[in-house]
Amino acid sequence: MTTIALLTWARGPGLTIAISILILGVVVRVIEMLMLGRKKDLSEPREGSSAKYGWRTVITRFMPPLSASHVSPIVFMASYIFHIGLFLMVFFYVPHMTVIRELIGFGWPVLPSWLIDAVTLLTMISMLIVMWHRLNNKVKFFLSGFNDYYSWVVTLLPVVTGYFAYHRLVLPYNEMLVVHILSVEILLISLPFTKLMHTFTFVFSRWYTGEAAGRKGVKI
Amino acid sequence: MSVSIQKGVEAFKQQIDAPIASFFNSCVNCGMCASSCLFYVATEDPKYTPIYKLEPLRKVWKQEYTFWGRLSSRLGLSKPVTDEMLSEWQELLYDSCTLCGRCSLVCPVGNDLVYMIRKAREGMVASGHAPKGLKESTHRAMTIGSPMGVTLKTFKKIVSNTEKETGMSIPFDIEGADYLLLMSSAEIMQFYEFIAAMAKIFDEAGVSWTFSSEAFEATNSGIQIGSSDIAAELVQRIVDSAEKLKVKYVISPECGHAYTALRWDGPNLIGRAYAFKVLHVVELLDQLRQEGRLNISDKEMGKVSFHDPCQMVRRGGVLDEPRHLMNIVSDEFIEMPDAGLLNWCCGGGGGVSANSDADELRLKSFKIKKQQLDATGVKKLVTSCSNCRHMLEDGIEAYEMDVEVIGLTELIADHLVTTEKKQEA
Repeated sequence: MTTIALLTWARGPGLTIAISILILGVVVRVIEMLMLGRKKDLSEPREGSSAKYGWRTVITRFMPPLSASHVSPIVFMASYIFHIGLFLMVFFYVPHMTVIRELIGFGWPVLPSWLIDAVTLLTMISMLIVMWHRLNNKVKFFLSGFNDYYSWVVTLLPVVTGYFAYHRLVLPYNEMLVVHILSVEILLISLPFTKLMHTFTFVFSRWYTGEAAGRKGVKI
Repeated sequence: MSVSIQKGVEAFKQQIDAPIASFFNSCVNCGMCASSCLFYVATEDPKYTPIYKLEPLRKVWKQEYTFWGRLSSRLGLSKPVTDEMLSEWQELLYDSCTLCGRCSLVCPVGNDLVYMIRKAREGMVASGHAPKGLKESTHRAMTIGSPMGVTLKTFKKIVSNTEKETGMSIPFDIEGADYLLLMSSAEIMQFYEFIAAMAKIFDEAGVSWTFSSEAFEATNSGIQIGSSDIAAELVQRIVDSAEKLKVKYVISPECGHAYTALRWDGPNLIGRAYAFKVLHVVELLDQLRQEGRLNISDKEMGKVSFHDPCQMVRRGGVLDEPRHLMNIVSDEFIEMPDAGLLNWCCGGGGGVSANSDADELRLKSFKIKKQQLDATGVKKLVTSCSNCRHMLEDGIEAYEMDVEVIGLTELIADHLVTTEKKQEA
């Protein structure tokens, strides 16, 4: 198979398959979760509806926690940077926007490529820092298993290959682009079956906790 | 698979709901919960990381309620939860967790870890892995009516002694009273001054109240050990007598767990709303203060601090009320570092105080409370939970510190303008 043929497959059927698995996987996992249900709380709430406190917690937990003594400020920053970096790269980079427009028929303004380039570099560094922390912090290392390392690898690969492709490093552009797209597809397929699922479920977990606390008058 | 482990797994399965599934789905093993946990911070042993304490529950969730987990367990690729595993986890789910809920405040994905620990204990009880001390106190609660074995006779004796000492008459079984006051065993046995303090405050504020001889115990061992059936039975006793006496309010005494058990868990345990409202005594006192019915004669001398009981501040929503009250009786009220929402547990909540297996770890962890107290330099510490008070006194003694612990209600009563004082003036 030639590079061009591979590229065509990866961009076409490959991407369709990966996105289908992603969507189907996430939908099944979310339904599987919601089907377990939640009993109606019969205690008298402190004030009317507490749903708003659920949404409040969805937002407030984006802030650094009030107590996190074991995490150094550098690791803290790195955790934020790579999350924000991934978001910006995926949704605000010119070539990605072309794909997004093709897929959903509309788009939004993008960021200049030099900025995305810098964000990519920072994201890679940040991801190295968080992995260094996972390996060296005794709590994190103790908790870590295959899921943690695998999720990190499949998240980092598209970032690195994208960076290489943009800078024409390691492989010729077209070949690196194939590797990049395939790595993205591995990420998409892996998402519903690994801890990367938190991308979607964090809204639920934060909401449930915030709502239950808000009902009792604990605003968190 | 033995019968008990089957029962345990079945109980875990029954406890798993959509919130728990969302929590396990969202966890990224960041370990942040460790930094919030009293027992991890005091020992730096990673096994005390809150999410790790939930490993048996997580395993059951994964193997029973996720597609891949089901597949891999059916193919024999993942190990089931065993009796040995649960034996090992008994220490993690009981000795090293006071259900304080600090972890639930720091998790970046918002996992309510303490909600899960409470539920995981149901599986531990069903499989026979609850600590001996807690089993015994739960048995006493069911058979005698009090986890510390206080009988109605003993309670009535203490009440009548209080009547003699104070010259006040203390009402029992008054139908149609506004408030039914409950007690905790710790108060009856160790801090019975609470009875006189309440009687005095109610008397001065003109509150119509009563004790019940059918239900005087407010604490709920069923919740701490993790048995909803027992917890429901204990709540039902209170509900029955409160509804029989047709009171408007039931007052939880100075006990954090008693309050959350009755106020927040109770209706869910018995499956219906109550015909009365539940207040923590501190909420009632603050209400009386607002209505101008608490007249304070003089203030406490010297620096005082306040220890927030976990169940009131993090799990019950009573944060400001004790502060309002502290400020009316003290000019030198000093907050400890981390006071309020993030206050550190006394170390003995969630059944730990009744579980002697945990004593060593509990006292070791008290060093965090010591640090908090040392930072304020107070010689007097006020709290509004008699279990906290008992545990604080225990820790203070073990660390040879010079701090006196008092209940907030008593402090208020000590500084109340009484009718005699009014007449003198």
